[in-house]
Amino acid sequence: MSTLADSLLVLAVFVGLYMLASGDLPAVIRATAVQGAALSLVPLVVEGLDAHAVAIAGVALAIKVFVLPALLFAAVRRAGVVRDIEPLVGYGSSVVLGGLVIAASFVLAAPLKVPGGEMPSLLVPSAFSTVLLGLVLIVTRTKALTQVAGFIVLENGVYIFGVPLIRDVPILVELGILLDAIVAVFIMGIVIHHISRAFDHIDTHVMTALRD
Amino acid sequence: MALAAIVLVPVIGSLAGLLIGSRNARMGVLVLASLLHLALVSGLWVRETPAGLGPIALMDPLGQLVLTVVSAVFLATSIYLVQYRHLTPPRTTRTFLVPLLLLSLAAMSAVCMARHLALLWVSSGGLTLSVAPLVFLQRGRRSLEAAWKYLMLSCVGVAIALLGIFLVAIAANAQPARESAASPLQLDELLLRAHAGRMDVAWLRAGFICMLVGFGTKVGLAPMHTWKPDTYAEAPVPVAALMATALANCALLCVLRGYQVCVAAGEGEFAGRLLLVLGLTSIGVAAAFMAFQTDARRLLAYSGVEHVGVIALGVGIGGRACFGALLHLVGHSLAKLVLFFAVGNVAYAYRTRSILDITGVLRRMPLSGVLLVCGFTATVGFPPFSIFVSELTIVAAAVSARQNLVAVLALALLSLAFIGVIANALAMAHGDDPRGGDAPPERESRLLVVPGYVLLVLLAAIGVHLPSALGDALIRAAAVLGG
Repeated sequence: MSTLADSLLVLAVFVGLYMLASGDLPAVIRATAVQGAALSLVPLVVEGLDAHAVAIAGVALAIKVFVLPALLFAAVRRAGVVRDIEPLVGYGSSVVLGGLVIAASFVLAAPLKVPGGEMPSLLVPSAFSTVLLGLVLIVTRTKALTQVAGFIVLENGVYIFGVPLIRDVPILVELGILLDAIVAVFIMGIVIHHISRAFDHIDTHVMTALRD
Repeated sequence: MALAAIVLVPVIGSLAGLLIGSRNARMGVLVLASLLHLALVSGLWVRETPAGLGPIALMDPLGQLVLTVVSAVFLATSIYLVQYRHLTPPRTTRTFLVPLLLLSLAAMSAVCMARHLALLWVSSGGLTLSVAPLVFLQRGRRSLEAAWKYLMLSCVGVAIALLGIFLVAIAANAQPARESAASPLQLDELLLRAHAGRMDVAWLRAGFICMLVGFGTKVGLAPMHTWKPDTYAEAPVPVAALMATALANCALLCVLRGYQVCVAAGEGEFAGRLLLVLGLTSIGVAAAFMAFQTDARRLLAYSGVEHVGVIALGVGIGGRACFGALLHLVGHSLAKLVLFFAVGNVAYAYRTRSILDITGVLRRMPLSGVLLVCGFTATVGFPPFSIFVSELTIVAAAVSARQNLVAVLALALLSLAFIGVIANALAMAHGDDPRGGDAPPERESRLLVVPGYVLLVLLAAIGVHLPSALGDALIRAAAVLGG
């Protein structure tokens, strides 16, 4: 049982690495969906098929696989950008950076053992890895849309840490957290739309009017 | 019921604002709702502690203090906005301004009364999102850039804060729960388990660090402050004023909730040291950037970084300094609001925000000019304003806690900040009016200066003689933080 959960977690981390290597925006968005799907299933594997876990996994699955990618695809259509060329850090180097980040996560996770319950052994390192991979994606990419994808990866990583708490988090709270992500991505989409109209591009590294 | 009403009044006002077509009526709704909100919040001080809303919402002295400041600041800003909206292009008073402002007030009220960390987080996230569209109301390239930075950084911050909350809750699950089985996300349950020594220290520390970094980004503590100057400079003045005061206070409250748990678990020293380091860093970074600042609103933003730094420093030192930090929170909110109003008036009249081009304010705009000068002297800690008292309390507490190095560093950095701010303030206040020497003073709208003067008088009154009611409230709130 635990092996299955661990495999899902490893899949999520590898998807994160794949996103670092890819400059194709639709592929990156689809990757967030795959990662979201893998992670939404983890609570089911860990907790078994009880009503609470099924409800949470179902809602998470719907939002991470359908709603968020749909919002991102809508933003891609309106901005008319499909490739994130000219990243600040090359694809090869950012994958190496990703590898380093994953190694760091294992170091970081070493003193932290999830108390109580039987949790997948890779839960903590993979959660840290996903959070940090999301941050790397946000920092090294220049297109606003890839940064939003990075934010979703970051949220996915945080979601993993919610798994040991699944019994303690009411479904309403879980909904609130996911709703917050939807609204955030929605507003980001609106801002991106206005940015692409005002600047004719969505390169955040060209937006440097504000500095000291 | 009273607590529910405090959240519901702004929500209803927000809905009403969406439905009402007339601009003037919308403004009426805004002012009315904020008046009613302040009345309800003041009612909390008069009557007995109201019943909580189940396990999720309850007023404690710290939350009540922050909520009162938030409510007062919001009312002053909405009164200022009534006249200020005539100064800006009609775009800025689009349909969404009033509903989103009131929505943010509801979110801030929820943050202040949250006793469940998940509610704290959800309302804090909602707060970020309700304010973000207001930053780019003007749709210019600059405000879009500012809005993007704000949105990206605070969303990442909020996500990391959630991570921190989860880690703290996992820490509380270190020993199997007793039969009560209350959620470890509930603040009271967390404090209970922390007091009983049932927290896992490693997880708690990791959790607090994440909460500090995450919510600290929203507070604008250096080095997570980079969005602050851009956003405060590009957002409409009333929105920036609210962000610098009410929003920053709410985010601080979120950090302090984490600190509260650490103190209960006996990790107060660890958490305090982190706060202390971030506080000193913030004061230092702000001092460095203020000295050579040429944009008046960016100057205010860095001053905001400095003052949240002072508050963090005070809480970090602990003991009597906690009291000073909370007094500082009150004083800074009032003073910063005065300054935003004054700079808003001046920047409109001069059609620029550049400090180099704004000269002779005292002669050209005597009313706003006095506000500007008094506001700046208040923020740098001149007596009789209350910031003098609070900074003195914090430094004195550092000395009596034998943290002499901290006290010396704080004093040195505060003096640097002092020089940077005062030099800029004097340059703006004095000198020649760019219109020529003989031009008569401008006519200034009363509504644009009266809120500032009321706040200034309040600030001086607190500084000269701290009312015993406020003093008691501060002591009780500081006690929550172990001070």
